[in-house]
Amino acid sequence: MTMKNLSLLAVVAGMALATSGFAQEPIEVHLKNHRFTPNVIKVKANQTSVIMLHNDDDTADEFDSSSLKVEKVVPGHQKGAVRLRPLPPGKYPFMGEFHAATAQGLVISE
Amino acid sequence: MIPALIIVFREVIEAGLIVGIVLAATAGVPHRSRAVGLGVGTGVLGACLVAGFAGELAGLFQGSGQEFFNATILLLAVCMLTWHNVWMAGHGREMARELKAAGHKVKTGERTLLALSVVVGVAVLREGSEVVLFLYGIAAQGGTSASGMVAGGGLGLLAGAGVSALMYFGLLTIPAGKLFQVTSGLITLLAAGMAAQAVIFLQNGGWLEYFTTTVWDTSWLIKEDSIAGRLLHTLVGYSQAPNGAQLIAYAATILLIVILMRMVPQGGPARAPSAPKTHNA
Repeated sequence: MTMKNLSLLAVVAGMALATSGFAQEPIEVHLKNHRFTPNVIKVKANQTSVIMLHNDDDTADEFDSSSLKVEKVVPGHQKGAVRLRPLPPGKYPFMGEFHAATAQGLVISE
Repeated sequence: MIPALIIVFREVIEAGLIVGIVLAATAGVPHRSRAVGLGVGTGVLGACLVAGFAGELAGLFQGSGQEFFNATILLLAVCMLTWHNVWMAGHGREMARELKAAGHKVKTGERTLLALSVVVGVAVLREGSEVVLFLYGIAAQGGTSASGMVAGGGLGLLAGAGVSALMYFGLLTIPAGKLFQVTSGLITLLAAGMAAQAVIFLQNGGWLEYFTTTVWDTSWLIKEDSIAGRLLHTLVGYSQAPNGAQLIAYAATILLIVILMRMVPQGGPARAPSAPKTHNA
């Protein structure tokens, strides 16, 4: 089992080296007063895209979306890259889980 | 108070279920409370550390440190669950015998306690770090919400402990002879679900961008955000729209565990040559 685990690890590490780095310019999104700006984000369908989330609030929040399969904590006054896998055309809601009352947004893939 | 209650409860459900399963899987094993306690304690400590260094962690690996960390600890938990099941497959009959002999403690089971306390630690750490960050955020805003936060957080924790107890006592109603089979089945699905979740983190970190196409979508039936969806997500790795890589990881984990469990001989390889004989007083 250890050999299998090791070889699996090696494969994963190899892929990490092969695919690291951003494919394209990230889409800048700001979180201020627990609201996203912009809160509607358009991406090209079936292409990888990256949202650079700037948390301008004092406290952390979690970019959370089950339809995008993303859970990412961004601490206050920091930024975090949210990678989106190639998405079929459609609407994908997301939220700041710690302030879900106001922090709501939508990714539109088209 | 209500948002705090909901968030804390949502986060502790997962850890609570895992603790319940681990407690049932180690029924009758001496010192298991100590091992589970150690796992919870280390998990809480780790959660505070991860929350405290969230910024530093996020900055690693070109901003994908969090994804790397989550994938790593999930895969660690998968390895520990696999080891537990394989070990149990080798010693299950022995343990069942001990359990049937009235008044006997199942000493044999102590060997896999450490593996399971790692699993508990990982579960608590993952969910706990979010709770810590969330509650810290509310506390930092100060004012009246602070007391509400303590009340909400406390109630959330209690509810999580309740889930854990329900799982545990529910499983204990299963006759001892069958309990091993049920818990190893549950642990196999738990491991498969965690492996699939690890794949998501690897994809989000940009390390595994293969088979990312959604294979099917059952969000119309059970939403992953709903309570039922979350319970199923934790227990059997339910995903409302799994992609190819997730399904491959899920199936491969089950296959690997089943094959390893079949391969291990009774009285298995995990026993050290100098191991003391099991309790026979």
